[in-house]
Amino acid sequence: MKICGPKCSLCGLIISVWGIVQLVLMGLFFYIHSVALIEDLPLKEEYDSLDEFYTAANSAYNQNAYNCWIAACIYVITLLLSAQQFYMNSRVTAN
Amino acid sequence: MGSLFRSEEMALCQLFLQSEAAYACVSELGELGLVQFRDLNPDVNAFQRKFVNEVRRCDEMERKLRYLEKEIKKDGIPMLDTGESPEAPQPREMIDLEATFEKLENELREVNQNAEALKRNFLELTELKHILRKTQVFFDESVPAVYKSSTSHSSNKYRRYLQMADNQNEDEQAQLLGEEGVRASQPGQNLKLGFVAGVISREKLPAFERMLWRACRGNVFLRQAMIESPLEDPTNGDQVYKSVFIIFFQGDQLKTRVKKICEGFRATLYPCPEAPADRREMAMGVMTRIEDLNTVLGQTQDHRHRVLVAAAKNLKNWFVKVRKIKAIYHTLNLFNLDVTQKCLIAECWVPLLDIETIQLALRRGTERSGSSVPPILNRMQTFENPPTYNRTNKFTKAFQALIDAYGVASYREMNPAPYTIITFPFLFAVMFGDIGHGAIMALFGLWMIRKEKGLAAQKTDNEIWNIFFGGRYIIFLMGVFSMYTGLIYNDIFSKSLNIFGSHWHVSYNKSTVWNNKMLQLSPATSDYEGTPYPFGMDPIWQVATSNKIVFQNAYKMKISIIFGVLHMIFGVVMSWHNHTYFRNRLSLIYEFIPQLVFLLLLFFYMVLLMFIKWNRYAATNKMPYTESCAPSILITFIDMVLFNTPKTPAQGCEVYMFWGQHFIQVVFVLIALGCIPVMLLGKPIKIMQARKLANVQPITGADAEVGGMSNGGGGGGHGGAGHHDEEEMSEIFIHQGIHTIEYVLGSVSHTASYLRLWALSLAHAQLAEVLWTMVLSIGLNKEGWYGGVFVTVVFAFWAILTVGILVLMEGLSAFLHTLRLHWVEFQSKFYLGQGYAFQPFSFDSIIENGGSASGDAE
Repeated sequence: MKICGPKCSLCGLIISVWGIVQLVLMGLFFYIHSVALIEDLPLKEEYDSLDEFYTAANSAYNQNAYNCWIAACIYVITLLLSAQQFYMNSRVTAN
Repeated sequence: MGSLFRSEEMALCQLFLQSEAAYACVSELGELGLVQFRDLNPDVNAFQRKFVNEVRRCDEMERKLRYLEKEIKKDGIPMLDTGESPEAPQPREMIDLEATFEKLENELREVNQNAEALKRNFLELTELKHILRKTQVFFDESVPAVYKSSTSHSSNKYRRYLQMADNQNEDEQAQLLGEEGVRASQPGQNLKLGFVAGVISREKLPAFERMLWRACRGNVFLRQAMIESPLEDPTNGDQVYKSVFIIFFQGDQLKTRVKKICEGFRATLYPCPEAPADRREMAMGVMTRIEDLNTVLGQTQDHRHRVLVAAAKNLKNWFVKVRKIKAIYHTLNLFNLDVTQKCLIAECWVPLLDIETIQLALRRGTERSGSSVPPILNRMQTFENPPTYNRTNKFTKAFQALIDAYGVASYREMNPAPYTIITFPFLFAVMFGDIGHGAIMALFGLWMIRKEKGLAAQKTDNEIWNIFFGGRYIIFLMGVFSMYTGLIYNDIFSKSLNIFGSHWHVSYNKSTVWNNKMLQLSPATSDYEGTPYPFGMDPIWQVATSNKIVFQNAYKMKISIIFGVLHMIFGVVMSWHNHTYFRNRLSLIYEFIPQLVFLLLLFFYMVLLMFIKWNRYAATNKMPYTESCAPSILITFIDMVLFNTPKTPAQGCEVYMFWGQHFIQVVFVLIALGCIPVMLLGKPIKIMQARKLANVQPITGADAEVGGMSNGGGGGGHGGAGHHDEEEMSEIFIHQGIHTIEYVLGSVSHTASYLRLWALSLAHAQLAEVLWTMVLSIGLNKEGWYGGVFVTVVFAFWAILTVGILVLMEGLSAFLHTLRLHWVEFQSKFYLGQGYAFQPFSFDSIIENGGSASGDAE
């Protein structure tokens, strides 16, 4: 079964590999509460107390970490898909 | 030695070849590709040369091969390309080759002619088939339609007629007769209805119809039907759509008129029998003939295919052979014939180091031709400028190409390419510093390097790809260097890495942080450990959103200037190597030394001030050396050059950074200014004096030659650029004036020009950050679990934008700026670039750009 062409599948392959590597690492950095990524958290502008802020930030960090890993998993699927497509395409051109 | 730093030493040689051995020897030299022949009969035109006949025969063979190639491509047969290069065949084999090609061409032409004739026949038959089929329908319908006009007044007859048509559907003859009968029954109308049938191309049909109507005053009746399937034009193989038409008319006059119109519109008329039985019979006949033709056509195609497949196997090989023969004869045409007609004389440029190999090749050639007299290679004295030949390998080739794109080095001039290998990727990386983007670039380069052989084998005409592939080592190095500078800038996709742990600490308590919008960390207190982050930027700057750019700008501007000044000093030092090599004492003393002094005393001093400032001032120091007292380098420098009195500093600070700075600065500026007249007048005055002296004592031979620029001629009268006429004194003054002004103004503007390193670096970092916050951040900022899916989509988008904008476009812009820094700021200090490239006679290059080589052989 062929869905996309050789260029498309190659593009998918590259973005998937890149996505897996970067998103797994980013998930890791979110998980260890990296300060550099604080701007990327879904936080409100104002909080009433410090503790409230801390709990919100902590849960947001964890949530983002899981989201990144979920995305990485999705990229594993697209990797497999595009790898299969790539294989099909290379077989077609070889024949 | 030193072939890496300067172009190869060349020698002009005379080559005596025995007539019989000449062909074989030139063939060997062509395989070697180290000899550039000179045209010894430039005023003889191409048709009066000795081997013009052979060249013409080769041209003819090439034409036949191209014809074969075209036919092979038309049939989509793959051509075998082994990539091997067979040796140039002996001249006597040329006749065999010619015979082979002749035979092939004739065979192919014959086959093609036959095929065309058959196809034409086939076309006619198919058209006829369609006519017969369509007219059947016309005859079925047309009668009632024709009848309609005449039966308007007798509807009962019409009705009866329709009945009849229904009954006698299969017998049109009867209908026609019936109609005739009807018409005959009308008084005074005893006319015969004739018709012609034919085929016309579809786009001509409306015009045709109009023409018929007008010319025959509406007295003809035209019916047409489209042929659904396109027909193949036998002459050019195009697919054309056509229509069948049938025209009914009365009388012979109209018949001739209709026929003429048909002729005019290039409609093909076919005989169509009136009787349906005849038509049916004819249709049967046509069908069988079409079938027969199909089998014959198939056989012709098979035959053609067989011929082409056989040819395709050898085609590339033949091309190489013919091109080699042609190149050899073309080269032989450049030679002189000596008086006895026994030997050919050639003149050629040869790299000195390769004379041995060339002689070996010549000996091989003689042996092969079975000649007894060895060829003689004789070195000649010449005053001409030899060509510039830089030996390159696959790694240095791209860098050399960058230099040569500006101008081919003068003979034996310092070649900037080896230094460019490091400085080019480095200056690029200063502008492109980002670990992530650098890694993408480096991986792309690495992939191209690893797959080098495979990628090189599949030649494409894609120009952009060829540029990337040609510069694969540059791309790889640029990527690696960018990763290094990215590590220094601590930037990976605009985020920082905290590898060693920041050396800054927040000492504020919770309530202070809670109540203040902005807080400062002071390096004077325990906020700062006192030692810098071990490598590159401290990651704390990532969260210092309000003064990160201010801090980085100060740093990046300074390092841009430092690198720039060092790069330019390096360029000036290169000119020293040129002057000493060409023994140009005059330029060494009156150009190189004042240039270097000027640059060192003004701009290198400024660089030193930066280091002193970095070194002396710190927040933890006592009063005159605290951070608030640090003077601005730029202001200091401007005051220094303009002899301004500096502004009084703030309370407790000092204007100058060290003792005696004012005095040193005044002295430096005065010396630097003093260098300008030396540059301007020193050399011309010396030359003037030398000429006067030479006029008094012509025997001493102190010919002080001056080229246009720094290393033009040799002061000691050496052979190099010797023998052009002496320039006018006024011209020398003007040249020197231009050169000096260019240098003095240039060193100011070039120093400022290196600020582009900072500007592009800033732009790149900011663009990366914008892309992160505007695209990827949106994905990450989604709350809840479906955020994961959202991140996936946004990440793909972000990745494409990163590659497209940041790596490709920003990379291209940084590349161009780096190229400019090398061509203008660096090379203007020493590089003349007025040579011409060594273009050896080499089969490889001739075959590689096959078409163009055959073009310039004319």
